[in-house]
Amino acid sequence: MNMTSIIFSREFKSYFTTPVAYVFIFIFLVLTGVCTFYFGQFYENEVASLQALFAYLPWLFLLLIPAITMRLWSEERKTGTIELLLTLPISMQQAVLGKFLAAWAFTTVAIILTFPIWIIVNILGNPDNGVIICGYFGSILSAGGLIAVGSCISAATKNQVIAFIIAFAINFLLLLAGYPMVLDAFSGWAPELLVDAISSLSFLAHFDSMSKGVIDLRDIIYFVSMIIIWLYASAIIIDSKKAS
Amino acid sequence: MISLKNVTKMFGNFTAVNNLSFTVESGEILGFLGPNGAGKSTTMKMITGFLTPNDGQITIGDYDIIEAPVQAKSIIGYLPEGAPAYGDMTPEEFLKFIAKVRGLTGEKVQERINAVIKQTHIQDVLFKPIDTLSKGYKRRVGLAQAILHDPKILILDEPTDGLDPNQKHEVRKLIKTMAHDKTIIVSTHILEEVSAVCSRAIIIDKGSIVAFGKPHELEERSQYFGSVTISFAEDADCSKVIDKLEQIDGIGTVEFDDITERFTAFPADKYKGIDLFKKVSALIEYENWDVKEIHLERGRFDNFFRSVTAGDLDSEELNNNKTPKVAETETADKGEEL
Repeated sequence: MNMTSIIFSREFKSYFTTPVAYVFIFIFLVLTGVCTFYFGQFYENEVASLQALFAYLPWLFLLLIPAITMRLWSEERKTGTIELLLTLPISMQQAVLGKFLAAWAFTTVAIILTFPIWIIVNILGNPDNGVIICGYFGSILSAGGLIAVGSCISAATKNQVIAFIIAFAINFLLLLAGYPMVLDAFSGWAPELLVDAISSLSFLAHFDSMSKGVIDLRDIIYFVSMIIIWLYASAIIIDSKKAS
Repeated sequence: MISLKNVTKMFGNFTAVNNLSFTVESGEILGFLGPNGAGKSTTMKMITGFLTPNDGQITIGDYDIIEAPVQAKSIIGYLPEGAPAYGDMTPEEFLKFIAKVRGLTGEKVQERINAVIKQTHIQDVLFKPIDTLSKGYKRRVGLAQAILHDPKILILDEPTDGLDPNQKHEVRKLIKTMAHDKTIIVSTHILEEVSAVCSRAIIIDKGSIVAFGKPHELEERSQYFGSVTISFAEDADCSKVIDKLEQIDGIGTVEFDDITERFTAFPADKYKGIDLFKKVSALIEYENWDVKEIHLERGRFDNFFRSVTAGDLDSEELNNNKTPKVAETETADKGEEL
């Protein structure tokens, strides 16, 4: 069996041997319900689509994904199991990838469990299911990006609370990078090229088009390269920090 | 075979391991000793590929740990300091996970797991989460994990820490039975363990080797080697006894320990061990002393250990006085605190 998949399955199972998985999924589903039906005014809109769900998903991710990723590496460092893991015949890439994929798969399970909303919308009307599938695809992909960020932050600290807060802050900036709140901080003094670069980093902008059913190769490239870059950074940070 | 050549490890400006070189052959059990912070664990972490040395070369069997880390790690079994394990797993799940990573397949998996469970006596806790286990069980689960793939190279960082005396005995027996076809390095704080288990010992201090040799050779280098200790059945006139003993040809100094009420006569010349015993017993007979105990010291590992690992208070005192108080070494005999 491939090393990455061995690490993956150990990690994935470990979510379910502790209450973490059940608490997370329960809260996530309650919040998606609240956001979709209450804030999103799913019924009042009388539109057969999951826009109400997808509009709020990134904000739920912002809050909940750092809760998953905060333990990825900081727990290993705190309990010392990182020494065990990294002295097994496993390469750093396999360890980083295995753990990331487990967190991603777990989040994907949570996202897929929102399917009752999709069933409801199909009972009530005739939604464009292609758009919905595309929206789910985009959600899962952007969750992957945020998890990769969290993995990197978790690698940098032994303290899970710090890992949570910093991952939250960075994810917040990345979500809003294309919006005035972040851009205004730069537009006064920074060269236009930099401002453009920052605005193109926005998670939300790339996710938005996917949630509306547009699959643009550039969006996919954006998320995939986000994942690769942050995971690569994770490996470097783990390597340099593991001794402390 | 494990070979270190001029290995140096720095943490910032602090040199944890300084130009360390040694070789351990197959069939050997090397005892790795040193005070806290001497660089023992750092060295073990470099041997197992967890840390990368700043300088030098480490060869594990046929592999260089830096050039071919995965191949080198695959022939190593490692019990890290504190025996870390995934607390949410049970020992059974944990060993299965390790078996997969170690590339065991088919019947071999259960066969090896059963074997190490028996060897480390963890049958009773197989299905309890590791988090809930006692320190002794955790340590043994860590040991089981390290020997699961029957590795050629075994690195054990304080394998008997936290075990009760019976368990310590079992683990030492286990290490000894595995030695014939393996290369084993054991680090320990417990000096008696070295004499009990190891075929060779290295003492390091501040990242450098300060002494190495067979355990009994190191014991013989202690100043107790060849000294004679006596105690009286009744209270004796202290200064008179010391005076009489010091008059014997070959005796350098005499110490009295007022807690154990023992006199220890140190030889002026270490090679007169047996003579000294005869001379002291002759004196006892001549003076008609009521002695209840007399014995020739074969040397004390802890005493030697402290004399070569300078820096802590005890050894400074030792160097200043040249003759230690017996009471101190008595407590150190229990082993744990050095």
